[in-house]
Amino acid sequence: MSWPGTFKMAECGASGSGSSGDSLDKSITLPPDEIFRNLENAKRFAIDIGGSLTKLAYYSTVQHKVAKVRSFDYSGKDTEQDHEPPYEISVQEEVTARLHFVKFENTYIEACLDFIKDHLVNTETKVIQATGGGAYKFKDLIEEKLQLKVDKEDVMTCLIKGCNFVLKNIPHEAFVYQKDSDPEFRFQTNHPNIFPYLLVNIGSGVSIVKVETEDRFEWIGGSSIGGGTFWGLGALLTKTKKFDELLQLASRGQHTNVDMLVQDIYGGAHETLGLSGNLIASSFGKSATADQEFSKEDMAKSLLHMISNDIGQLACLYARLHCLDRVYFGGFFIRGHPVTMRTITYSINFFSKGEVQALFLRHEGYLGAIGAFLKGAEQDNPNQYSWGENYAGSSGLMSSSPELCPTQRARSGTFDLLEMDRLERPLVNLPLLLDPSSYVPDTVDLTDDALARKYWLTCFEEALDGVVKRAVASQPGSVDAAERAEKFRQKYWNKLQTLRHQPFAYGTLTVRSLLDTREHCLNEFNFPDPYSKVKQKDNGVALKCFQRVVSALDALDWEERQLALVKGLLAGNVFDWGAKAVSDVLESDPQFGFEEAKKKLQERPWLVDSYSKWLQRLKGPPHKCALIFADNSGVDVILGVFPFVRELLSRGTEVILACNSGPALNDVTYSESLIVAERIAAMDPVIHSALREERLLLVQTGSSSPCLDLSRLDKGLAVLVRERGADLVVIEGMGRAVHTNYHAALCCESLKLAVIKNSWLAERLGGQLFSVIFKYEVPAE
Amino acid sequence: MGAGWLAAPMERHGRAAATSASSAWEPVPGGPDGRRREPLRRRANSASAPAVGASASASASPSAEGVRRDRPGSYSGATSASRQRVESLRKKRPLFPWFGLDIGGTLVKLVYFEPKDITAEEEEEEVESLKSIRKYLTSNVAYGSTGIRDVHLELKDLTLCGRKGNLHFIRFPTHDMPAFIQMGRDKNFSSLHTVFCATGGGAYKFEQDFLTIGDLQLCKLDELDCLIKGILYIDSVGFNGRSQCYYFENPADSEKCQKLPFDLKNPYPLLLVNIGSGVSILAVYSKDNYKRVTGTSLGGGTFFGLCCLLTGCTTFEEALEMASRGDSTKVDKLVRDIYGGDYERFGLPGWAVASSFGNMMSKEKREAVSKEDLARATLITITNNIGSIARMCALNENINQVVFVGNFLRINTIAMRLLAYALDYWSKGQLKALFSEHEGYFGAVGALLELLKIP
Repeated sequence: MSWPGTFKMAECGASGSGSSGDSLDKSITLPPDEIFRNLENAKRFAIDIGGSLTKLAYYSTVQHKVAKVRSFDYSGKDTEQDHEPPYEISVQEEVTARLHFVKFENTYIEACLDFIKDHLVNTETKVIQATGGGAYKFKDLIEEKLQLKVDKEDVMTCLIKGCNFVLKNIPHEAFVYQKDSDPEFRFQTNHPNIFPYLLVNIGSGVSIVKVETEDRFEWIGGSSIGGGTFWGLGALLTKTKKFDELLQLASRGQHTNVDMLVQDIYGGAHETLGLSGNLIASSFGKSATADQEFSKEDMAKSLLHMISNDIGQLACLYARLHCLDRVYFGGFFIRGHPVTMRTITYSINFFSKGEVQALFLRHEGYLGAIGAFLKGAEQDNPNQYSWGENYAGSSGLMSSSPELCPTQRARSGTFDLLEMDRLERPLVNLPLLLDPSSYVPDTVDLTDDALARKYWLTCFEEALDGVVKRAVASQPGSVDAAERAEKFRQKYWNKLQTLRHQPFAYGTLTVRSLLDTREHCLNEFNFPDPYSKVKQKDNGVALKCFQRVVSALDALDWEERQLALVKGLLAGNVFDWGAKAVSDVLESDPQFGFEEAKKKLQERPWLVDSYSKWLQRLKGPPHKCALIFADNSGVDVILGVFPFVRELLSRGTEVILACNSGPALNDVTYSESLIVAERIAAMDPVIHSALREERLLLVQTGSSSPCLDLSRLDKGLAVLVRERGADLVVIEGMGRAVHTNYHAALCCESLKLAVIKNSWLAERLGGQLFSVIFKYEVPAE
Repeated sequence: MGAGWLAAPMERHGRAAATSASSAWEPVPGGPDGRRREPLRRRANSASAPAVGASASASASPSAEGVRRDRPGSYSGATSASRQRVESLRKKRPLFPWFGLDIGGTLVKLVYFEPKDITAEEEEEEVESLKSIRKYLTSNVAYGSTGIRDVHLELKDLTLCGRKGNLHFIRFPTHDMPAFIQMGRDKNFSSLHTVFCATGGGAYKFEQDFLTIGDLQLCKLDELDCLIKGILYIDSVGFNGRSQCYYFENPADSEKCQKLPFDLKNPYPLLLVNIGSGVSILAVYSKDNYKRVTGTSLGGGTFFGLCCLLTGCTTFEEALEMASRGDSTKVDKLVRDIYGGDYERFGLPGWAVASSFGNMMSKEKREAVSKEDLARATLITITNNIGSIARMCALNENINQVVFVGNFLRINTIAMRLLAYALDYWSKGQLKALFSEHEGYFGAVGALLELLKIP
């Protein structure tokens, strides 16, 4: 895999030439033709009209260019022509499903409906699902403009459907908010079982709903003191009309001028009594006992505290009565307002003494629209699929919050977007995870670690030129490749800038999320697999060496061979094959390159070295079945992984070889692995018979990421792992074994191997460039 | 004593506040200094004390949060000097005058025992200042412009420590406390060697003033201890032959609504909701076994404070009077305003308030409401909220009788009937709201009992 910041990447030179000071703005305020994307293929609509914001949801199909690999038909041909690639690549169109969500101010609703009507050509749908308080008000307008019948859906049902959907499908959807701590947002890893939970929706009033299963939920209580009380009472007290302005006032006010505090009643004695003098004894208590004018700011602040405390207290009482400790807060009172998230969090912590957790949702504003959409799409069974947030097509959290981004243009006129791709196959946990509920894929949380964040963001910026060049080079026949590549550069550069200012925009910021975002952006501009040709060449070259490498290994005695196999696995990881200098050497003498790579490796003892333990283990009985996650194409998989697989097979261990479903950098994809295996089988009887007898199985991971999230893997893989009783997991490469899963605890033996090709990271881990990680772990009995 | 001891400094304070301060501790996210504040150590809210088992056993540690305290008065906070004096009083009756004082955030509640069995001999010996206090308090119903004796609450022919007499109930705003202390100094109270047993936050706040200005040593007492003691005592002596405790039948029906006596013969367990400036909620399991469950800062002070801001009223009575003439449905958004009727999906009746002040989001509707409507809405909002929190506490504590006390309920039938109705409706008849005639005076009574060492 070609890593940003690996030692060859520095050659890329200056980066981000296309960036400018206002780039952040552009990513947020989009010209209309970028807002309602793919409308031509829109199949189904839903709309959620709230008090001030409209959320439109639609389902469309997206045409993607994908690189397909296909084995040549070798029959009757001389297969060993020297310069022939091992397989052919063709670019094809593929159709995938995508959910689009757009959020905009109600004032734009007519213009937006007009726009939609003009672009709506292919839809067969006759109805639009509508929810939210404004659905009634705009019913006629929608029906007239879109010529669709409005189907009204229950607000709360939609909300909960939407909530279940995002909790299940969007990693890092929920977060806790801690003002004055760094980071302010702490994202939760997705719990495998989201139920039961409490949803406290703070709209004009408060609804408290207990959600027990996908279809079962119950309104257990509520309160009339909610957002409408803050707004209505606030407007009366301060003559300020807008909700946002009231919150602004509140954030500047001092409630102690209006509220009667404990210290106002006890005097100074509260200290000796161990009472906290600043607790509020009576909200607005001072406005009853003193003849004075109160400032708008102070009254607004007092009101905010009063309402937030009250809601928090009731939420705790309900949570306690129903023995629940997870409470999600939503509704316009909360939506994107750090001020209210802060007061609610404080209140919950106070009243529950930390036993209840106040959780907020990144896509809280979309719940109603998502739910309404799902209601209308029930016949398509959207819940049977797994979905993934498309980072390229989604605005981040708080992207339109004036409180966090005061320099950005006013809130009105900004459109917030969310896009979700339907994944071809459902994703599930790896059954071998020791504790799925506490599994965190990522090793370093860049939202937490400011130094690491700076480093990696800069790394990715510096690598951008190289990625752009690679993208253009991958499509030599395309006339607009340069133009699209430039658009890609702009988009990804903007994402990186957003993340510099708002690291929390897409959940916990990690090296993985930065890589995934880049892949999403590349796909967006139809560069589905920039490395396809590189991989093709690398695979061809490596295949030619396979037999030589295997014979050399077979000539070694057992113990030497084991070390050589492990070194072979690691060697494939050494070089950045995207770098020209290296590939030149390889092309002229691949054998030499492979040997060179091995020499580059750190001598034992390695940085992390449990090889002796592993060797000892190998002297024991064979594993039943090994699950191997492969990394790069070419030398890595062919000369590193396959010989290792071959040895395992010879020991009587079955092997499941898992490769990515979709392309990511130069990682080997599932379809490539099939061809590679076929070619190797043609040369090697061990592999041949293992494939035939299904002792070697090739599967896809369900992922298109250079990293590995063991909680989102292809269901087929999980089933196979269970069926075959896998008792060894091998994860190789920096992306899968260091940036992610370094700390992953499994309930079977595991082997994590990588070469640290980044000096900064190596230093962090206490080693040097090309330090070797060889982590063999056996779960405690 | 003549011209009213509360006269002088009071003209400046136009607003006679009417609610007592029970201390309702509420959190404030980081104050000006940005530090996180610790919840109360002693009387911390126990809103989420370990879920169901909370009522199972009393902890031995008196300092533990939210744990029931088994020894009332053990934390009186009295100085050792006054403690000694109290100790010595145990042997013989304390000297007259007998006062119990409860200094809240808004109101001071004073109970005074007037001995009616004074012998001629005694009267002769009675020092002049003592006599003048007795005469002054018992012959007036108002003191200065803000001190009021609630004559209708007077308890007649009470026997306390072997003495027969009447118990008087007097209140005045806390901001007149300096005048009260000054009066004590002017009248040379300290020469009477009397002990002032005082509870409420003001006992602490004004302790130094009592000492330096009035030369009076306060015996400070825990307010929740006093509250419980007072309630149990007053309930036991009844109300001049009538029942102290009562409830409402058909509270929602103006025609059929009836206030009926309630015999609190099985008082335990009991949820006690004290609504002063703020609200404290206690679970009482026996005479000296109780815990503070939680509290809310949305109390009487909030109702009156918001009314002052919204309507410009200046007294609690005025606020209530306005509320009685207003229509809260013009201010509040009801379920039927949103759903056109009942929200059947969730079993919500159309008349329920969906959003308090929710209609006030609209400019047109803001312009269409009267001050009376706003006062009414404020009253309904605060009352409903207290009812809702009380109901949740009762469910969590598994208690089904809820006694509401505190001066917020004084002359406040609207609130009482609403509490009665709300509790009954939302609990489907499982919970009963009870009230008590002496509403806000229990703390002061408890302080008096402490003085007399009546257990």
